[in-house]
Amino acid sequence: MNRYGLTIAVPRGALLTETLDALEAIDVDAREVRENDRKLLFGDVGIVTMRPSDVPTYVEAGAADIGIAGKDVLMEQSERQVFELLDLGYGPCKMVVASVAGPDAAEEALRRLGVVRVATKYPRIAAAHFERTGRQAEIVEVKGSVELAPLTGLVEAIVDLTATGTTLRENGLVIREEIARSTARLISNRVAHRVKAAAIDEVVERLRGV
Amino acid sequence: MHLRIPSGTRDVLPDELRELRAIERALLETFERFGYGEVATPAVEYDETLRLADIGVRPSYRVVDDHGELLALRADMTVPIARVVATRYPTAEPPLRFCYAANAYRAVRPHRGEMREFRQAGIELVGAPAPDGTAEALSVLCRSLEAAGLRSFRVGLGDATLYPRLLDHFGVEPAARRQILHELATRDLVGIDRELGRLDLPADAAELLARVPRIRGGTELLEADGGPLADALDGLRTEVALLEGDIAERVIVDLGRFPRLGYYTGAMFEIYDPLIGEPLGGGGRYDELLGRFGRALPAVGFAIGVERLHAALAGEERGERVS
Repeated sequence: MNRYGLTIAVPRGALLTETLDALEAIDVDAREVRENDRKLLFGDVGIVTMRPSDVPTYVEAGAADIGIAGKDVLMEQSERQVFELLDLGYGPCKMVVASVAGPDAAEEALRRLGVVRVATKYPRIAAAHFERTGRQAEIVEVKGSVELAPLTGLVEAIVDLTATGTTLRENGLVIREEIARSTARLISNRVAHRVKAAAIDEVVERLRGV
Repeated sequence: MHLRIPSGTRDVLPDELRELRAIERALLETFERFGYGEVATPAVEYDETLRLADIGVRPSYRVVDDHGELLALRADMTVPIARVVATRYPTAEPPLRFCYAANAYRAVRPHRGEMREFRQAGIELVGAPAPDGTAEALSVLCRSLEAAGLRSFRVGLGDATLYPRLLDHFGVEPAARRQILHELATRDLVGIDRELGRLDLPADAAELLARVPRIRGGTELLEADGGPLADALDGLRTEVALLEGDIAERVIVDLGRFPRLGYYTGAMFEIYDPLIGEPLGGGGRYDELLGRFGRALPAVGFAIGVERLHAALAGEERGERVS
């Protein structure tokens, strides 16, 4: 266990390196996590690693006391009862609407067909965005590379997360709208937040200074 | 043949039911000892009756009866007991004390293993205002959990009026007030800081409003240093002062507690066990609910989730976390 006595849910993927940097800066030994990308549970240092979108699930249920999750994940799972404690600042990215470069196929679909088809891994964020802006959208949930969907004619637009925009550009897509900005957040379980208040506050204070 | 039962319901077989009944017996005996009389009410009520209470919880089942009336299964026992008080005890001298162990029904969020039908045991203390009524309910809560054999639980104690009072004190305008309280209800501290940053508040006011949602800990926190926070803590301070020492020690004062929805008007409780990732139950003051049923009386109560309490007891027995 780490010095705080807290089980920490750590996302594998884009946020992993900076998350481990942050944890080491507050004296949680993350070396083994860096060195072993197959192991999931590091009981000696109180770290469990998982797919990023699973972090709120584990924290909500109390299988982890605290965790690190992108705001994009928290927005998509907004009904999860977890507490958002701190904006960690790293992992900046934008949730955007994009479509194939040139005349906007999405706009034309809306004008002529009354509905735009949108592929995304974030069906709730996408649906809420189009609803809020008064446009009818047919949301197509995909699990793999979203960029493929408009290139093959499956949809006219996508809603996806982008950090640098490189992947979009390389696939001939352009950003049409920005929906939200995201960074990594520290979240906590509801019960742990009360019964382990001192330990959690110490983590928050020290991470704030990192 | 494959015979299913409705999603979110379950059968309880003898080994489990024996243990559940023993827990309920311990709880009910304690309630009775404190003068609470057990009541039973129909599982179904007229939908419009439940709507009167406006508790913000979606019913899991609505049915139309053979006369075309819309019925709903109760989401808790507080609303049916409020109806009982208003209709069966319209002139009885308060305070009135009732307890129950009963099934309740709520809509679930998908893929959480949540149950649409679950069992609650609790009390309603009607006509006993704060602070004495609140302190009595907290005492009955702790004594009943102890009687059931639970050892390491804590009781979170917040006040639904605390943060709104601070916002009013600093003259925060209604639209911003609503948004800040929304962030507070979901305990999005990043969101609270963001909303506060948009306001043109004096530095000390902004600092206090950002700090309060983060404050939780022992009852010593109520000894605040003068100023608007000390005033806002008056209610909790007088309630905690009435508690016996060992009960006060179980209390985690939580200044950032604000109800998502529902009828709470003052103190709010939540039961925590370090072994379980979600509260075992909760309650609080609902001084305006009875008025909606035509008998305006202050009231306070709590409900314990019997299945969750069972899981916590099993966890304590094994000495491990069960979530």
